[in-house]
Amino acid sequence: MSHFLPGFRLRAEGIVALYPHARSATLPLCHLAQEQDGYLSANAMVEIAELTETTPAEVRGTASFFDLFHLEPVGTYVVGVCTNIACLLAGGLELLAHAERSLGVAVGETTAEGTFTLEECECLGDCDVAPCVQVNCRFVRTTTPDAFDSLIDQLRTGAIPEIPRFGLLSRVRRSVGLAVPTEVIATERARVAAEATSNDRAAG
Amino acid sequence: MAKLDAPQIVTSRVGLDDGHTLARYLATGGYESLRRALSMSPAAVAEEVDAASLLGRGGAGFPAGRKWSMLKKDPVTYLVVNGDESEPATFKDRLLMERDPHQLVEGVIISAWALQVTAAFIFVRGEFGLGLERVLTAVNDAYAHGALGLDIFGSGFSLDVVVHPGAGAYICGDETALLETLEGKRGFPRIKPPFYPAAIGLYGQPTVVNNVETLSNIPWIVLNGGRAFAALGKGRSTGTRLFALSGRVRRPGVYEIEMVHNTFRDLIFDPALGGGTTDDVAIKAVIPGGASSPWFGPDLLDVPLGQDEVAEHGSMLGSGSVIVIGANDCAVRAAWRLTRFFQRESCGQCTPCREGAGWLERILRRLETGGGRREDIDLLLDVCDNIAPGLGWPPQQTTICPLGPSIPSPITSAIALCKDEFFAHVEHGGCTDG
Ligand SMILES: Cc1cc2nc3c(=O)[nH]c(=O)nc-3n(C[C@H](O)[C@H](O)[C@H](O)COP(=O)(O)O)c2cc1C
Ligand code: SF4
Ligand code: FES
Repeated sequence: MSHFLPGFRLRAEGIVALYPHARSATLPLCHLAQEQDGYLSANAMVEIAELTETTPAEVRGTASFFDLFHLEPVGTYVVGVCTNIACLLAGGLELLAHAERSLGVAVGETTAEGTFTLEECECLGDCDVAPCVQVNCRFVRTTTPDAFDSLIDQLRTGAIPEIPRFGLLSRVRRSVGLAVPTEVIATERARVAAEATSNDRAAG
Repeated sequence: MAKLDAPQIVTSRVGLDDGHTLARYLATGGYESLRRALSMSPAAVAEEVDAASLLGRGGAGFPAGRKWSMLKKDPVTYLVVNGDESEPATFKDRLLMERDPHQLVEGVIISAWALQVTAAFIFVRGEFGLGLERVLTAVNDAYAHGALGLDIFGSGFSLDVVVHPGAGAYICGDETALLETLEGKRGFPRIKPPFYPAAIGLYGQPTVVNNVETLSNIPWIVLNGGRAFAALGKGRSTGTRLFALSGRVRRPGVYEIEMVHNTFRDLIFDPALGGGTTDDVAIKAVIPGGASSPWFGPDLLDVPLGQDEVAEHGSMLGSGSVIVIGANDCAVRAAWRLTRFFQRESCGQCTPCREGAGWLERILRRLETGGGRREDIDLLLDVCDNIAPGLGWPPQQTTICPLGPSIPSPITSAIALCKDEFFAHVEHGGCTDG
């Protein structure tokens, strides 16, 4: 039995086909599993191992290295507050403390009803709108406690179209598979090499 | 006086609402450069890039033309784009990927033609949801437009490009760690030698790794000529460069300005750029090139924004992020937070980096929160000296990758510029700054 649902399994196979070696698909497949389940489950890792021709232990070893993969369930919205240098100067630690009070959880925890998980982030690359807050890898640009609270209220009562639920990293899918067979590359290279030689001859 | 008359080489579309769409890209000259490149020989395209003396924009500043010429001949070679941008306070590649993804894609295709690689990968930092979507859309649209895939624009040249999402680990910005990740492994930087992926890279094949901004310059260089690019800037630092300005400034943001002809003071104070410091506070320090770079005191504001110019003063231009620390900001807290960043992001392979970062973080934390001792300042320097013996710049390499030896930078800088603050923290039992 496949852990990936039929549509997801098909996409998984399409992702594997994009790489010269199946193992390269590990990260994208972990993202895909999170998109389906909301976290990276043990069963998903078993199937990813099969798809990438590795072992579940190798998949776990790779996945656990990365902050974006959650091996336990997390909230629908993972809220990250940056406290790195630019955000620190703009009050990032204070905003994080406010977020803890406001959500009623400590960093790393999930609210009881499972809606929010709070994280303290390293620089998210939006340092000109500091302190920076991300929800599910989308910049929300709420830099004050009040703005933070109204964002949370909004998310509690309904969705914000720009913010997908946790796990959906990209709403854009690749519309084509690999288009270039290796023979074409070989022919192409031979042609370029021949042209270069004849150019050189003409020049020399 | 800032010199602001240089062309906007990579940011001409970032102000447009639809600059990321294929339609707008085509309407503003998009993919003309690719057509031009395909009418030239690969070697001639590479020569233009060499003539531009374009220095890599990812941090190390290695000349792109030279890197390209080092690509070992082999039936299978790759081009990998480094879009992992995670250096604290660096946010220029994100802008390029979100606002002008086609420019990057065109740069990739042209470079692939020049290098005759078999496939290209664009590695995008996992936290950049929008950036990923925009780059993916651009790649999809480029295929549909005939700029990617089989027989590009009827030239006979063919190329596939794969967009690869990262998953939140700063260390994957190191090119060898990035390649490991792309192979489906943990982001462990590779042991050197081999020194250059251009000889042994992805799957052991020769690979060129270039930064997003580096490759975004390529379309302009091919259209306008390498010489036109080299005419901008001065010395080894040619062209324009993106500077991400943050911290205590009125107008934080990304500015594209000509290299060397502008100084840190210009960038921070020019009304068209940073517009001065917030509430006109005095400047305590400037971090000139990302978290790993030694800080400048206010006496060095007139150093020109050029690679060698900054190096001469004992620091580096690095990733082009300039952070302004104001007179009222706590230097101990800033050093502590940057050290915590390194401690969290160390991949753990090397003892000086893994253990050293942890010790330094704990000492700085106790200074900041009230348990500090007078000896701690010497202890900090001692641990730093163990990680990067001699504490010179550039630091001595004791570890597999440059992350470890960069850890001392914020600490030794803060102590050199603001030693009194450290002692005040000991005396007052912690930070009095809020
Ligand atoms: C710890 C570490 C982090 C790095 N992070 C990045 C990064 O986020 N983006 C980047 O382009 N280069 C980064 N680099 C530099 C890359 O290793 C590499 O030099 C660069 O991508 C080459 O591209 P360029 O020559 O076009 O600059 C990092 C290096 C180290 C050691
Ligand atoms: S220096 Fe640090 S980050 Fe670099 S390889 Fe060693 S342990 Fe990993
Ligand atoms: S320092 Fe917080 S987003 Fe860059």
